[in-house]
Amino acid sequence: MLKPEEVRKVASLARLELTPDEEGQFATQLSDILTYIEQLNQLDTTDVLPTTRAIDGSNITREDHLTPYANPRLILQGAPEPEGEFFRVPKIGGE
Amino acid sequence: MNIATPTKIQYEAIIGLETHCQLSTHTKIFCGCSTAFGTPPNTNICPVCMGMPGVLPVLNQTVLEYAVKAGLALNCHISLFSKFDRKQYFYPDLPKNYQISQYDLPIAENGWLEIELVDESGLNPVQKRVGITRLHMEEDAGKLVHAGSDRLAGSSYSLVDYNRTGVPLIEIVSEPDIRSGKEAAEYAQELQRIIRYLGVGDGNMQEGSLRCDVNISVRPIGQQKFGTKVEIKNMNSFSAIQRAIDYEIERQIQSIETNIPVIQETRLWDESNQCTMSMRRKEGSSDYRYFPEPDLTPIELSSGQLKNWQGDLPELPAQKRHRYVSSFGLSAYDARVLTEDRPMAEYFESVIAAGANPKQSANWIMGDITAHLKTTKQSISQLSINPSDLAELIHLIEANTISSKIAKEILPELLVHGGSPQSLIDQKGLTQISDTGLLMAAIDKVLTANPQELEQYRQGKTKLLGFFVGQVMKQTGGRADPKLTNQLLMHKLTD
Ligand SMILES: [Zn+2]
Repeated sequence: MLKPEEVRKVASLARLELTPDEEGQFATQLSDILTYIEQLNQLDTTDVLPTTRAIDGSNITREDHLTPYANPRLILQGAPEPEGEFFRVPKIGGE
Repeated sequence: MNIATPTKIQYEAIIGLETHCQLSTHTKIFCGCSTAFGTPPNTNICPVCMGMPGVLPVLNQTVLEYAVKAGLALNCHISLFSKFDRKQYFYPDLPKNYQISQYDLPIAENGWLEIELVDESGLNPVQKRVGITRLHMEEDAGKLVHAGSDRLAGSSYSLVDYNRTGVPLIEIVSEPDIRSGKEAAEYAQELQRIIRYLGVGDGNMQEGSLRCDVNISVRPIGQQKFGTKVEIKNMNSFSAIQRAIDYEIERQIQSIETNIPVIQETRLWDESNQCTMSMRRKEGSSDYRYFPEPDLTPIELSSGQLKNWQGDLPELPAQKRHRYVSSFGLSAYDARVLTEDRPMAEYFESVIAAGANPKQSANWIMGDITAHLKTTKQSISQLSINPSDLAELIHLIEANTISSKIAKEILPELLVHGGSPQSLIDQKGLTQISDTGLLMAAIDKVLTANPQELEQYRQGKTKLLGFFVGQVMKQTGGRADPKLTNQLLMHKLTD
C-alpha cells in the first residue's frame, strides 16, 4: 500500500490538489496498479530487448521544409486568458 | 587556477558548463513552424509545438545531421542507436508540461574540445583539453516576455510568447575540467567558433542562441571531496561568464573561510551589480520522471551515414590555429585572430594559395583590411579586393616594383573598386624607381637645392640623412626605392 506522503509527492509533481479522502482513494488505486506491474515483473525477460513503443520502426524523419500552420490566432483564442498577442499565465515565484 | 587567501589555504575551483545552442534550421525540431527570430509573438506556433492532444511530432532530419556534425566536431562517440525521452516539469513557457529531450541514450558522448589560453601579451599559448560528457538534442521552451501586475484582482501574471517553443537545441555538457573564469569563457568561445564553422548555428549570445549555465564548487587543494555545487545562470556574454565565475569563486571561498556553509542552489548573474544573486528555490524537486517518448521512433545511424557527415566537416578553428603556426610560421596571436571566423580564415588561405607570403598576408589582413571592414561595417566576404589582387599587391612590394608606402596609398582605391594592383600602378605611373641613374639625378638635384643642410651634414649632423631621403621621395612623387635611395645617398654624402 502506498504511503500518504508518497501519494502527496506524486500529486504535487502532477500539480494536483487532493483532499484527504482523495489521498486515500488514490493510495488504493495506485497501489493496485503497482501490484499489477509487480505481476508483470514475474515474467522472465532476460533475453528480451527493452522496447519503448508498440510499433517497430526507426528513423521516421521529415525534411526541413516550412509548413506554417494556417491559423495560429485560433490557438491563442483557445487559451483561457489571451491578452493581445500573448498567452497570459499565472506569475511564477522567483521570476 | 589557484587562489591565494590570507590564511594561506590554497583553493581550487571545479567548473563545468552546460551549453544550449540553437540550431539554424528553417523549421522547428518536430513541426514545420518557422524558427525565425524576432517575428510577431505567437505567430510561429501550431498544434504540434503547442502540445495539443492527438498530434504527432516528427523529427526534422536536418536537426539530426547538425547534432551529429557538432558531436563529431567535438570528438564525441556518436551513438548508432539513440532515442528521445520526455522530461516532465511544469512551467508556463512549456506548453506540453514536458520537454522532448534525450536522457539515457544521447546522440553523442565522451568527446573533448581543445581550448587555447594566451597570457596578457597574447604570447605563450597553452592548450588544454576540456572533456565533453555528452551532447543531446532537445526542444527549446517559449519566452516569458513581460511580467505585469493586475492590481484590481490582486494577482500578478506573466505573458508568454511560444514562438521559440520547439526550436531545435543541442545541449552540450562539459566534464568538470575547467578551473577558472578565463578557461570557461575560452571554452564557450571555442564552442561558438566550432558551431559557426560548422554552419549549424549562429551562436549569438545576445539573442540567446547560445546560452551557458555554469556549475561551480570550490575546495582546498589536496582535498578529495568536492565542495557544494552551485549553478549560475543568466550570463549573456563571454566576459560575463568570466566575471560571474571569478565572483562566485571568491564568494564561495569567503563562505568557507567564515564557516558559512555554501548552499546548493541556483544563482543568477546580475550584470548591473556585477554579482551573483540567489534565485528563489523552485517549488518541488527536480524529479523529472523521464520516460521514452512514445510518439517518436528511435534513431539508427549507419556507419556510411556517419562517414559522409564526417567528410562534410570543415577544418576546425583549433586545427587551423595549429597549421597556421606550424606551416605558415605565424605567431599564436596572429593564428588566433585570423581563425576567429571562417570567412576571414578562408580569405587568408586564398591569398596564400595565390602565392603570397603568409606573414605579409596576415599583416595586411589584420591591419589595413580589418580596419577598413570595421569602418565600413562590412564582412570580409563583401570585400571588393579579392584574394588574388591582394596577393598581387604583396608580390609587387616584394619584387620592389612599388614601395609599401605606395601600396598603402593605392589600397583605399583597391578596397573600394577592386581590380589588379599592377594595372592600377601602371595607369597611375606609380612604379618604383630603382634605376640608379634616375635616382642619382634626383639626389644631385636635392643636394644642390639644399646647400645649407649639406654643409651641416658634412659637419657631423648625420641625422639629416632622413631629410635628404624625404626630399628625394618628394622629388620622385614617392616612387624612389627607399632602400636604394638610402644606399646611394650614404655613398654620395661620404664621398
Ligand atoms: Zn509548430
